[in-house]
Amino acid sequence: MSGVPVSAYLALALILFCIGLYGALTKKNTIIVLISIELMLNAVNINLITFSKLGMAPAITGQIFAIFVIAVAAAEVAVGIAILLSLYRNRKTVNIDDMNQLKN
Amino acid sequence: MENAWLIPLFPLLSFLALLLFGKRLKEASAYVGILLTLASLVFSVIVLVGRLTGATYKLEADWLQIGDLQLTVGFEVNQLNALMLVIVSLVSFLVHTYSKGYMHGDQRFPVFYAYLGLFTFAMLGLVLSPNLLQTYIFWELVGVGSFLLIGFYFNKESAKAAAKKAFIMTRIGDVGLFIGMILLFWQTGSFEYDEIFASVHAGEVSGTMITLTAILIFIGAVGKSGQFPLHTWLPDAMEGPTPVSALIHAATMVAAGVYLVATMFPLFAASETAMSTVAIVGAVTAIFAATIGLTQTDIKRVLAYSTVSQLGYMMLALGAAGYAAGVFHLMTHAFFKALLFLAAGSVIHAVHTQDIEKMGGLWKKLSFTAPLFLIGTLAISGVPLFSGFFSKDEILIAAWANGNYILFWLAVIAAFFTAFYMFRLFFMVFSGKARSEMKNVHESPVSMTGPMIVLGILAVVSGYVNTPWFGTFLGDWLVEGNEALGHGHIEGPAWIMIVATVVSLAGIYLAYLMYSKRSISRDWFTSRAPTLYSIVVNKYFIDEIYQTTIVYATKAISLFLRFIEMFLVNGLVQLVTGIVRGLGKTGAKLQNGQIQTYGTVAFLGLAVLLLIFALTGGYLNG
Repeated sequence: MSGVPVSAYLALALILFCIGLYGALTKKNTIIVLISIELMLNAVNINLITFSKLGMAPAITGQIFAIFVIAVAAAEVAVGIAILLSLYRNRKTVNIDDMNQLKN
Repeated sequence: MENAWLIPLFPLLSFLALLLFGKRLKEASAYVGILLTLASLVFSVIVLVGRLTGATYKLEADWLQIGDLQLTVGFEVNQLNALMLVIVSLVSFLVHTYSKGYMHGDQRFPVFYAYLGLFTFAMLGLVLSPNLLQTYIFWELVGVGSFLLIGFYFNKESAKAAAKKAFIMTRIGDVGLFIGMILLFWQTGSFEYDEIFASVHAGEVSGTMITLTAILIFIGAVGKSGQFPLHTWLPDAMEGPTPVSALIHAATMVAAGVYLVATMFPLFAASETAMSTVAIVGAVTAIFAATIGLTQTDIKRVLAYSTVSQLGYMMLALGAAGYAAGVFHLMTHAFFKALLFLAAGSVIHAVHTQDIEKMGGLWKKLSFTAPLFLIGTLAISGVPLFSGFFSKDEILIAAWANGNYILFWLAVIAAFFTAFYMFRLFFMVFSGKARSEMKNVHESPVSMTGPMIVLGILAVVSGYVNTPWFGTFLGDWLVEGNEALGHGHIEGPAWIMIVATVVSLAGIYLAYLMYSKRSISRDWFTSRAPTLYSIVVNKYFIDEIYQTTIVYATKAISLFLRFIEMFLVNGLVQLVTGIVRGLGKTGAKLQNGQIQTYGTVAFLGLAVLLLIFALTGGYLNG
């Protein structure tokens, strides 16, 4: 475990975040967008844990924070999927481009 | 006299009341107007009687205070004002009464009375004004009243055009008046007549400036009084109802120009150039309009040209330093010309045409109108013992005494023409054989003949207030206590009176030979000088000249300016709006409700912020 440098963890988190960001900004299917957001959140979690274990001042706070993020993400996905389901029932679509009703 | 300010308020009240309740009152509106103008008349007479014995009364209140500048409003009762008050309110009252019969059955009867009230208010206000600014305000209001009444029959294209023409032509003059007024204010620091005259008298204003301001103010008077070359609106103004022509375009408003010159007389008197300008314009107008009057065949237009001509006489009198003569003629003219117009209205009312070629033989059928018309005709022709004789005589003497012999002879020739064309009119309308289509001719109702009888009496007797035989009471009173106005009566050689009499009788006799006895053919002159005749009958082509020069030039300039406006100004404006609109559209595209676009923008913004932060914070260099 000690053989893996910090930069590798950070690089993984960066790549994961970028993939997530790309997916969140470009995909048309709302479910994929939600999954991409999960990717970004998990990239953040990796960052948090990395610094908590291998940072300048290691502390347990980072790991606790990661657990919080996982809990909030779970809740968010539950609510998000629920909203998406009711939207699908009403609109018969999960295409994110059709969901522009906030404008009005 | 303290209550003179009430006089204009009665007609204003009539105007407002008829605006509000006219529709409900219908033809009963006439009584409102008649009673309220009668109140004005009573007050005016009281004021005149008071002024005959009392002194000039002036009351002013502050209006505006701008820095050191104090503007006031108020009223003044001096000799000229008091006389004008009675003339205006009397003629207005009579015209109100007359209109009850003349306008009977008109759909816009209450509106007509409302407008009459507005006009009378403005005219009385104009007469009472003690300063130039207030005069100017009422001067414009009078123009509005005139505009509304000329265009009263607005269904007729010609009436609409005439109303616009009258308004624009007088506007040209008003601009002159306005510039003159501002220049005077600049030079003397006051709009008050008294202060302006005091300042001029003390020599605080340079001679050139006096001449300039006087001529500019005279231009205003030229526009309003229909003097050459701004006279063309007055004959066209005859499109209005005939009582209006009698009130506005014969007795009161057109006399406002003469009144203005009379009011500003001390200013004019201080400049010889201005005086001769007034005299020359007056004399030229007098003869010019008289020649046109010889050829017209519309009863009202003949009278209109005679009005222009008589106003020219008044200007000539003022310009020849005959202040009293000018004002005297203003008064007598108001009476006999109002009488002539009302009588003409009565004729038109009876025969439903204005073309004198179609009339004839009405003497027996119109047993009131015809003799009254004859009285008016005799008065304007200057036949001895009638009012016009005395006032015209005063003017001729003034012109002679002033040394303007050319102008004097022009005035004498104009007097001959006046007598001729007025009797031509009279004979063509009243003598000869009745036309077959004139069977159903009835005399007008009492409400119409009554005012005519009052004016008929005045047209005869009003001359006797100022005669060389029984004393020049009016003239002496007018100039009393004010040396700048000159003498009340100017002594002149006795032969002038004889010449005037002979000339007017000769004109009448010639008209009698040509149009009644027909021993001289009507075409005697026209067949010998056809070119001259065609020039005169076309009114010297003045309208056409204006059309081809000023109107076209104005149109060309306006077209040019329109292009500038369209391409230059509008282009600039469109450029500005285009940029803003483009920005707005771009902004609106961002707000399309697509959550992913928002996300992208937010992310890019964050990235840029971070980049800036990194660059400025020096983090990149380690």
